Amino acid sequence: MPSYLFWLFATVMLIGGAAVIAFRNPVSSALSVVTCFVGLAGLFIGLSAFFVGVIQILVYTGAVMVLFLFIIMLLDLKDEEKRAKGIAPLAAGVGLVIAFVVQLIGVLSRTPNKSAPALNQETLAAAAGHFPVGEKIATSLTAGRLPDVQLIGHTLFTQYNLPLQILGVLLLVATIGVVALSKKQAE
Amino acid sequence: MPDLIQIAIILVKIVALTFLVVLPLVPISVYFERRFSAVIQDRVGPNRVGIPLSLFGFKKDFHFFGLIQPMADGLKLFLKEDFTPAHVRKTFYWLAPVLTVAPALITVCVIPFGSPITIFGHTEKLVIADLDIGPLFVFAVSSLTVYGITLAGWSSNSKFPFIGGVRSTAQMISYEIALGLSIIPVLMFFGELNLGKIVQYQADNGWLLLPLWKNGHFSLPDPQTALFWIPAAISFVIFTISIFAETNRMPFDLPECETELVGGYHTEYSSMKFALFFMGEYAAMVIGSALIVTLFLGGWSVGFTADKWIQGLHIGGFHFGGLIHLTAFVGKLVVFILFFILVRWTVPRFRYDQLMKLGWVIFFEAALINVFLAALILAAPHLTIAILGIGTVLLVVVTAAVIWVAKVSEESPKILRA
Repeated sequence: MPSYLFWLFATVMLIGGAAVIAFRNPVSSALSVVTCFVGLAGLFIGLSAFFVGVIQILVYTGAVMVLFLFIIMLLDLKDEEKRAKGIAPLAAGVGLVIAFVVQLIGVLSRTPNKSAPALNQETLAAAAGHFPVGEKIATSLTAGRLPDVQLIGHTLFTQYNLPLQILGVLLLVATIGVVALSKKQAE
Repeated sequence: MPDLIQIAIILVKIVALTFLVVLPLVPISVYFERRFSAVIQDRVGPNRVGIPLSLFGFKKDFHFFGLIQPMADGLKLFLKEDFTPAHVRKTFYWLAPVLTVAPALITVCVIPFGSPITIFGHTEKLVIADLDIGPLFVFAVSSLTVYGITLAGWSSNSKFPFIGGVRSTAQMISYEIALGLSIIPVLMFFGELNLGKIVQYQADNGWLLLPLWKNGHFSLPDPQTALFWIPAAISFVIFTISIFAETNRMPFDLPECETELVGGYHTEYSSMKFALFFMGEYAAMVIGSALIVTLFLGGWSVGFTADKWIQGLHIGGFHFGGLIHLTAFVGKLVVFILFFILVRWTVPRFRYDQLMKLGWVIFFEAALINVFLAALILAAPHLTIAILGIGTVLLVVVTAAVIWVAKVSEESPKILRA
């Protein structure tokens, strides 16, 4: 990705993130989160991870945040618009940020400074050798295109098949649990 | 320098395909809407706008069959006072119309409008961005439309728009699930998310719903393709009806139904801001039709083995077959828009609980079973009889569901007792 695009999307993301806590109105904050997510999706797409970027928008921006907005509007939160008092929430927030920064520094200092190989014709064609000849992934790679959707699918359903099934069951259980709980309350 | 040429080509494509192909379809579909509804209701419809020659002493006015009516409408909306009520939340009130139109127009960029054109030895695809994730991109970006409608309802700060916005949010999220699940069989069949390649495959091997030729020759489809017609047809029905719901069109226009909510989420809007909502709705309809045509009905392909020949047509070094395909695509699009209009003026509006039932109980299940059915056909072609059995049962279920809902919507509602 050209570096100016990285800076553009990173700036959009950071402004969105800062705006979330800067705004007092909950709806504005929710929309700032949306901005932040769109910037993040831009970064993913810039890294040739089209699928991840688009799913980021489809799931988080298009569904999760809409529901957040929905709830915020229905509750019509007014108290939040007043200035928050007390030092305790502020201290807790700063503490969390410091903890994360320390963690990040710890991770970054251990990561070897290795640059990933460029995604050009040669590296892609070389990677095609790992897949059966004649399959869609191999043909695509030989042609110099990154079939990211097919690659993600291939990895998920071969290498991580069992965890994927377990995750699916977990989500199903959560869904059924919510329905059962709400039914109980309605009765 | 080559970079500049590349950028210039992309700009030309954006301007040509968005502003000369898709945007003009919006006023044209408004015109069709009015004239076609008039035909259905045995009226004449708008047919008078033109040059009023009789003002200058001539015998007859010069009117273009009312074709200028949309232009007159647009002019009216431009010149109308842009009134902002005092009780609205200003920023969001201004932001909302933009958020409705922009996503609908952005999705244009992955739709393939025609086969590649060759000019001066340079081949150019008739698609703005040839992404490998076409349909997903369309879903992702058009899922942002819901923000415009929700914010419009909320920022208007009055009850009818708010109810409209809330209804719209719930409706769009519910039907997005059916929409996404319903095309999974289609994507499994093509094994491809690039809309351009999907259309090229259909041009060579028969449209998904009309597999009557193979490799450019007429032939009966092989058993697997023939069997796949069943899940494809189910997908088509679910997808088309979900698009109706996603674009807030009749019979699912509950977010803006006039009899209950005045105007729904755009009650407090006037002049150009209202026009933007209007445009957003029609643009979404055009894009929805384009997606249906691309996935199920062969996109730009003329079909019947004629595509290779058309792609080969050329005057000197200028291969103009793509332009014929562009015309074919727009023709199919207009037919589908007419279908949208026909449905709007013939099917009565659903009740909200019926709408939710249809989305969550019928389409969600039918789409899920459909995915399994399609996978079975693609993975185990020798199980033909079992597949035929499941397919018949499914078809019966889906048809019965559609008939049931159509029937229920005609029942008189129960009288509420306080």
